[in-house]
Amino acid sequence: MSAPVLSPQGQAPQLDTVRSWKTPIIYAIFAVVALAGFAFNAPGGTATFGISAGRDVIQLAPVVVPTVPVGWASALIVTAIAVFSFLQIKGGRKDPRWLPIIYAVVFVIGFLVWVVGSAERTDVSLVGLLAGSVTLAVPLIFGSLSGVLSERVGVINIAIEGQLLAGAFAAAVAASISGNVYAGMLAATVAGVLVSVVLAVFSIKYLVNQIIVGVVLNVLVSGLTGFLFSTVLSRDSQTWNSPPSLPVIQIPVLEHIPILGGILFRQTIVGYLMYAAVIIVYIGLFHTKWGLRVRSVGEHPKAADTLGIKVNFTRARNVMLGGAVAGLGGSFYTLVSVSQFTTDMTAGQGYIALAAMIFGRWNPVWAFFAALLFGFATNLRFVLSILGTPVPGEFLAMLPYVVTIVAVAGLVGRSRPPAANGTPYIKG
Amino acid sequence: MSRSDDGRRDQDFGQDENEAKAGMGTAGGREPLPAVPADAQSGEVEPPENRGRSVLKEIFHGGSLVSILAIVLSLFLGGILIAVTNERVVEAATYFFARPTDTLVAAWEAASSAYVALFQGAIFNPRASDLQGMIFPFTETLAVSTPLILAGLGVALAFRAGLFNIGAQGQIIIGATMAAWVGFTLDLPWGIHLLLVILAGIIGGGIWGGIAGLLKARTGAHEVILTIMLNYIAVYLLAYLLTTESFQRPDSSQPISPRLDATAMYPRLFGDGFRLHWGFVVAIGATLLVWWLLHRSTIGFEFRAVGANPHASKTAGISVAKGYTLVMIIAGALSGLAGVAQVSGTEGVLTDGVAASFGFDAITVALLGRSTPWGTFFAGLLFGAFRAGGVTMQTLTGTPIDIVLVVQSLIVLFIAAPPLVRAIFRIHEDGKGGKGKPRRKSSRETVKAGGAA
Repeated sequence: MSAPVLSPQGQAPQLDTVRSWKTPIIYAIFAVVALAGFAFNAPGGTATFGISAGRDVIQLAPVVVPTVPVGWASALIVTAIAVFSFLQIKGGRKDPRWLPIIYAVVFVIGFLVWVVGSAERTDVSLVGLLAGSVTLAVPLIFGSLSGVLSERVGVINIAIEGQLLAGAFAAAVAASISGNVYAGMLAATVAGVLVSVVLAVFSIKYLVNQIIVGVVLNVLVSGLTGFLFSTVLSRDSQTWNSPPSLPVIQIPVLEHIPILGGILFRQTIVGYLMYAAVIIVYIGLFHTKWGLRVRSVGEHPKAADTLGIKVNFTRARNVMLGGAVAGLGGSFYTLVSVSQFTTDMTAGQGYIALAAMIFGRWNPVWAFFAALLFGFATNLRFVLSILGTPVPGEFLAMLPYVVTIVAVAGLVGRSRPPAANGTPYIKG
Repeated sequence: MSRSDDGRRDQDFGQDENEAKAGMGTAGGREPLPAVPADAQSGEVEPPENRGRSVLKEIFHGGSLVSILAIVLSLFLGGILIAVTNERVVEAATYFFARPTDTLVAAWEAASSAYVALFQGAIFNPRASDLQGMIFPFTETLAVSTPLILAGLGVALAFRAGLFNIGAQGQIIIGATMAAWVGFTLDLPWGIHLLLVILAGIIGGGIWGGIAGLLKARTGAHEVILTIMLNYIAVYLLAYLLTTESFQRPDSSQPISPRLDATAMYPRLFGDGFRLHWGFVVAIGATLLVWWLLHRSTIGFEFRAVGANPHASKTAGISVAKGYTLVMIIAGALSGLAGVAQVSGTEGVLTDGVAASFGFDAITVALLGRSTPWGTFFAGLLFGAFRAGGVTMQTLTGTPIDIVLVVQSLIVLFIAAPPLVRAIFRIHEDGKGGKGKPRRKSSRETVKAGGAA
C-alpha cells in the first residue's frame, strides 16, 4: 500500500495532497469478511434478541431478526462504505468523521446476527449482554481515568495495574476486618494513592524514567499482595479475606427504562461513582481553570511554570488523584465481582485500561467508550460460549485485541499524547 | 540510551542541535545531543560522558556501590516482610515487651532461613552428598536465566531504539510455538533439526515483533498498545492451536503437545544430571551479537539515533520507519530464541504455560541491566538465581515465591534512583557532600536507566 511514510512522532501532516489509503483498505478487508461470512454464509433462520430483563415493568417483545436479509444488508452497507471511502480518498477528500462509527456499528450488528443465528441456541438477551459489558468495564474505566488524570499532567502511568490490584487487596482486607464495605472502599482509595505516591516520588522527585517506575510498581504490588495472600490471608481467610459485597442500589422508576435502565440505574455505588467520575473528570479537564492548568502542565510545563503554576506540585497532586480513582476501581473486584481476593486477580486489566486510555486519545469520555468496547467484547465471549457457537472460543477471546489493533492502526490513526508526557520537569 | 535529560532536550532542541553539530565526534559540547554520540568509531562501550565522568569511573566509584547497596537494601526489606508475616514471629510479638529477644530471634530465623534456602537453591548447596548435588543449583540458575537473558535482550534492544516492547511474552509464545512444531513434526537428522528449530523460533518471534514494529512505523500506532494486544492474541492463538490435531498430543485431552524429538533438543552442557543446555551458550552469543549490533554496526547506530531523537535522525537521513520495524523484528527474534530455550531446552513440550512470566520478567531484567547488553546479561543471571532459588525456598521454608518479585522490583526501583540509596546510607557523592546536588545528578543517571520515554 502506498501509505506515505509519516514521521512516527505523531505529527501527521494534514495536507490535502497526502492520500492515505489505509482506512479504505481496512474497510475493504472487513467488507470482504462481512460478505463472505454474514451474507454468503448466513446461517438461515432467525436470531432473537431479548431487550427486556425479567424484572422490568415495561416488557418489550424480543426482537426476532431474520439472519439472511440482515446479513446481506449489513455486508452491502459496509461494502458501500468501503467504496465510498475509496472514492473520497481518490478525489482528495477526507472521510466524514462519523463514517468509522457507522461502519463499526453496522459491522457489529451484522456480526451479532450472524454469530447468534449460527449458534445452537439462537436467542440472546441484549440487555444482559450490555449490562454485563458495563460490569466488566467498570474497573477498566476507573483505570483509564487514572491514566488520563496523570498523563494529562505529563506523568506516564503504567502503574494502573498496580493501583487496581492494590485497591482490590486493600478493599478485601479492610472490608473483611471491619465488616464494613465502605471502609473497604476507603482503604482501596488509600491503597491506590499509596501506589501513586511511590510513582510520584520516584518520577517527580528522583526523576526516574516513569515507564520503569510504573512497570516495577506493578511487579511490586503483584509480589506484595501475592505474598501477603499466601501467608496472612490464606492462613485465616475468615478474618482477612471474606469481605461483604456492596449492595445494588436501584433507583426507583428510572431503573425500569427499557435497556438503559438496568445499565444506568441498577448499579452498586461504585458503578454510580464510575459514571460520576467520567463526567467530573471530563468537565474538570476541559471546562475549568483547574483543567486548563493541568493540561498546560502536561503540554508545556515551562510555559506553565512561567505563569506561576507549580508544575511538580500539580503533577504530584494529579498522579495521586489518579491513584485514588484507580484504587477505588480496584475495590470493584473484591467488593462487587468476587467477594474475595486472589493472587493477581486483575489479570492484566490495568494494561487494557492503559490501552483504552490511549485508544480514547487521553480523553475521559472516549476512554470510557473504549473501555466499554473491551467490556463488551469480553462479555460477548462469555455469552456466546454459553450459546454454543461454531467459532472457537479462543478466537472470540482474541476479538477485542484484534479490534484494538485494527482501530489503533487504521481507524483512530495517530494518537497524540500530551507533549510533555514522560519528561520530568526541572526548573531553570 | 539518552544521555542528557529528555526534558531539557526538548526544550533546548534547536540549541542542542547546533551544538551537537559543532561538537560531533569531539565530545566537547556542553550538552551533546544524544543522537550523535560518535562512539561507533571511538571504540568504547559507552559514549564518553561530557561532564567528566566516564562510565568506567561510574561503575567503579558510584554505580556499582549503589547497585550493591540497592540489592542489600532490597533483601533487607524483603527480610522484614518475611519476618513480620511469619507465624512464630507474630506469636512472639504478642509478648514483645516481656521478652523482646524472642521476637527478634524468631524474626531473624524466619528471614535468614528463607534467604539461606534461596541461596542453596540458586548458587551452592553445601548439604548435598556429592559435588554434582552441590553445584546443581548454580547450573539450574543458569538454565533458568537463559530465557530471561534472551528475552531481556529483546526488550533492551527495543528500548535503545526508543520503543517500549511489552510484547516479549507474545514473542516468546509464538517463537516457542513454531520451534516446537518443527521440533515434533519434522523428522530430521541431528544438527539440522535443532538448527531448523532455532530458526523457526527466530522467525516466529521475529514475525510477532515485526508486526508491532511495522504497524508502529507505518501507522504510528502506539507500540505499547500493539505489543500488549499481540501478547493476548498470542496467548489465545496458542490455546487454540493446542486443541487442534497438528499440535495436541494424540493420547491426551490436555492442552499439551507431543514431546519434541531428541534431535530437536539442545544438548545438555554437562551431561544428563543437569538441566543446563546449550541454549545458555546461545544466550551468551546473543549478548555478544547485540553488543556488536549496538556498538559496532551501522544499523545499531541508527537504532540508537532513532531512540535518542527521531526528529534529528530523520533530518540526518536515517529512516525512522525502517529502524522501528527492524529493531522490533530483531527484538522479537531474540524473544523467539527465549521460546526455543524453553521448548527445546528445559521443557521439551509445548504447553499453554510455556512462556511462564518470562516475557514480563524480561522487562525488569532489561531495566535492571539499563538496556545495555551485558547489563541485561548479568541482570538475567541475578533474576534467574532468584527464580531458581525461590522455588527451593518455597519448598524448604514455605516462604511464598512472591517475595522474589518484591525483592526484584525493589532492586530495580532503588538502582534507578541512586540519590535515594545514597540518602539512606548517607553516602556523599564524589566527596562533595551530598546536599543540594542530587537533583541534577539524578537527572542524568536515571533517564539513562531506561532509554525509552
